[in-house]
Amino acid sequence: MQRDRATTIFEKGAAGRRAFVAPKLDVPEADADTLLPAHLRRSAPARLPEVSEPELVRHYVKISRRNFDLDTGFYPLGSCTMKHNPRLHERVAALSGHSRLHPMQSPEHAQGALELMYNLERALGEVSGLPHVSLQPSAGSHGELAGVLLTRAFHEDRGQQRHTVLTPDTSHGTNPATVTMAGYTVVKVGTNVDGGVDLDDLRAKADEDVACLMLTNPNTLGVFDPNITEIARIVHDVGATLYYDGANLNAIMGKARPGDMGFDIVHFNLHKSFTQPHGGGGPGSGPIAVSERMRPYLMNPRIVRAQDGSFDLDEQGYEKSIGRLRGFQGNYGCFVRSYAYICSLGAEGLRDASETAVLNANYLLAKLREHGVADKLPLAFGELCMHEFVLSGSPMKKDLGIKTLDLAKRLLDHGYHPPTVYFPLLVDEALLVEPTETETKETLDGFAAAIAAILAEAAEDPAIAQNAPYTTPVRRLDEAAAAKTPRIRQPIET
Amino acid sequence: MSQYTAVTDADLAEMLSAIGVGSVQELFDRQIPADVRLGRPLDLPEGMPEQDVYAHLRDLAARNTGAEDEITFLGAGMYDHYVPAVIDMLLGRSEFLTPYTPYQPEVSQGNLQVMFEYQTAISELTGLPVSNASVYEGPSAVASAGYLARLANGRPKFVVSRGLHPHSRETLATYAHGFGAEIVEVGLRDGVTDPEAWAAAIDGETGAVFFAQPNFLGAVEDAEALAAAAKDSPAVVVGQYDPIPLGVLKPPGECGVDVAVGEGQTLGNRLDFGGPSFGFFAATEAYLRRMPGRIAGETVDADGRRGFVLTLQTREQHIRREKATSNICTAQALNALAGVVYLTWLGREGLVELGELLLQRTHHARERLTALDGVTALHDQPVVREFAVALDVGGTDGVRRVIARCQEAGVNPGYALGRDYEEYGDGLLVALTEQRSAADIDRLAEVLGAAVAAERADAEVAAS
Repeated sequence: MQRDRATTIFEKGAAGRRAFVAPKLDVPEADADTLLPAHLRRSAPARLPEVSEPELVRHYVKISRRNFDLDTGFYPLGSCTMKHNPRLHERVAALSGHSRLHPMQSPEHAQGALELMYNLERALGEVSGLPHVSLQPSAGSHGELAGVLLTRAFHEDRGQQRHTVLTPDTSHGTNPATVTMAGYTVVKVGTNVDGGVDLDDLRAKADEDVACLMLTNPNTLGVFDPNITEIARIVHDVGATLYYDGANLNAIMGKARPGDMGFDIVHFNLHKSFTQPHGGGGPGSGPIAVSERMRPYLMNPRIVRAQDGSFDLDEQGYEKSIGRLRGFQGNYGCFVRSYAYICSLGAEGLRDASETAVLNANYLLAKLREHGVADKLPLAFGELCMHEFVLSGSPMKKDLGIKTLDLAKRLLDHGYHPPTVYFPLLVDEALLVEPTETETKETLDGFAAAIAAILAEAAEDPAIAQNAPYTTPVRRLDEAAAAKTPRIRQPIET
Repeated sequence: MSQYTAVTDADLAEMLSAIGVGSVQELFDRQIPADVRLGRPLDLPEGMPEQDVYAHLRDLAARNTGAEDEITFLGAGMYDHYVPAVIDMLLGRSEFLTPYTPYQPEVSQGNLQVMFEYQTAISELTGLPVSNASVYEGPSAVASAGYLARLANGRPKFVVSRGLHPHSRETLATYAHGFGAEIVEVGLRDGVTDPEAWAAAIDGETGAVFFAQPNFLGAVEDAEALAAAAKDSPAVVVGQYDPIPLGVLKPPGECGVDVAVGEGQTLGNRLDFGGPSFGFFAATEAYLRRMPGRIAGETVDADGRRGFVLTLQTREQHIRREKATSNICTAQALNALAGVVYLTWLGREGLVELGELLLQRTHHARERLTALDGVTALHDQPVVREFAVALDVGGTDGVRRVIARCQEAGVNPGYALGRDYEEYGDGLLVALTEQRSAADIDRLAEVLGAAVAAERADAEVAAS
């Protein structure tokens, strides 16, 4: 990776240089000042970069080489599911019938797109066991917001004002943030010794003021909660809804379904379970699926199919709709990719993806044990795991003097992206590992060996890990200084 | 094993033995209770080889009429601008396409620097000092600005111009119902937000005011006057801006706007039937710590070298949880990259030239169309990229039929305003980009004139 000093595009180029050549003015020229009076006009141009096209290309190619990426390296990033992105998806998404389709195009002229969305809805309904699907939300957390607002509409429709939402202390940070945005108060539910929901704590907190319980199963500890039907019963007995955070859905596709476990609402992270390139943080896509009783509140417009087989967008399709959560039809470009993935894999391939994800996770766990590092990095809960597992770096810190963060940084020198660190919050020095199904056994073996090597090295000299990384474009960065005096834009010499 | 997994029979035997189980099924049986296991295959079609998937997706694409299949003047919130080739090339690079969110900054300097540059570009464009690194898209950006106001002053009333995109108004209403704010809508007069009704609606209970620039009818608002009407109230002034016209329009930062948001699609992103694109979000310094989403900041490494990190993360959901300023986690990093590359490609003068070109072409197209029989201007406000006309064809159904007639002749004349505005049932919204030449405008005038005449002739026959 490149190691030269970082220079932004705003520090390059020269006055008057450009990459863009404007099309000729081919209409009769009117007096611009009468078209747009001075008091509405910009007085000086925005100080954008002034570079030639070759400069532009070289700049961005150069900085791209200061990135780690999935196409060249392993990302065992728990809860984030970094699996291979087939390039076929980029090719089909770029077809002009998809990529240059205007969202306000009349439905008669967008039949292919609507059919694709209709088919994707059906597939997601089948995978989740919840038949009614809206593709609209832009990301998982956006799907969560949809789900909690649906819950609000559900209760209000019954004349009830409820005020709290339960989330386990292992939940993704988006869950409590969503709950607050939707106007509810968060009440935390504890975790039992097996890593599942503490049923006594749940029973104590589940009352008529609870609107919803948000849960992911398997959870962020990599544990499938065996009490799920009992949890559903407790929640439903007080009239609340049960929400499934779909971040971990890729562990159970074709093996178990949230709808069959008693969940009312589920969101999908298409960018996790159904492959999207993560793009350095997006785009994502977060469709939701719901049970029959939640159906009337789904977001409009609804995709409908007429008797003659044609498709339409019905603006009033769901009679008690919460409304819209964004413009137009959602992240259609993501739908194309996920739909292509489902077409490629089919029912059997989806099940294989989940089986292999779980196999790989358990194998990696076993391999770490084989290397004898389990006493320094013990599994936080359970014996086996689903598609991810949490290790605690607590003994490592005590015995070897290196923190989970140090281990993570040293892994960079070995060419691996570190697992998720310091999450979930209830595990001390947490390391959340998710190898995904697309990695080979050789990659998993190499990663386990790297961890073992780092621990062996730390036993000799902890300073090596403590000062890592050494081989990356920059060394360890001062995050505290960045937050203390925020410099979030390039100063520009005019 | 599928095309995307790699476990051979030999691997499987070794892996199971290392784990100490007899089969993969045992891993599931030992963890998932029998009563919630799915005892049958998913009811989905069989998997297909790559070439068959390609053929299927190509067939679906062929059943859509994209912007390459007709001369289109359709806008209404997304616009068919030319996307330069450098964007395809850069976004296709795996180093930008496939990395994760830059939580490990030492190996994410490329993305972090892109975010930093993007923030700089949005600040320059809007004339506002702080910008985040993108939100989902335009309408949810508007709604997120509402949540910011809710956190900032807690006042329960949002004053919203009817000139705001209908999807933005609906999205804001959906969010606001959750966190408990009421919407008061202010109507349009002569194509722009009614200034008296606007001023009258703003009071001590107002938490935020929202308008669009240009507004949904394509009219340029007097943003400064709209913002000034709120200056004696605690309300956060939110403007939804189309970024391309900002090449020629007074930037929000000079108009008294506190938060400028908008749809970033026009900056180097494809139409994609409505997404993915990105939303931009810029604000005055006072709102820096209340902004949603991610922000990149500059710092130094252990050797004193310049570097970039995610900063002010204590606003974010992964740290502050229920106290976070938004729940956004995955946003639109790749689309924002397209945005900053596009703005760089245009450059300082290019954005102005593009704005001036649109100004001229839009004016010219309005002149041409309003010279036709049965076509009149819906308002005579300044327009930069889009304008509204009224067709004398008997309301929305007539307008829809006129659009269909034009499409048969290979021209999409625009958007039937009656789909969203009952009061403009005879309205047609016509959008220009640099891709619609003078010849295209001539063709539009010809086809629309004929379609309106034919529609009126048919109506006369039907009436007699």
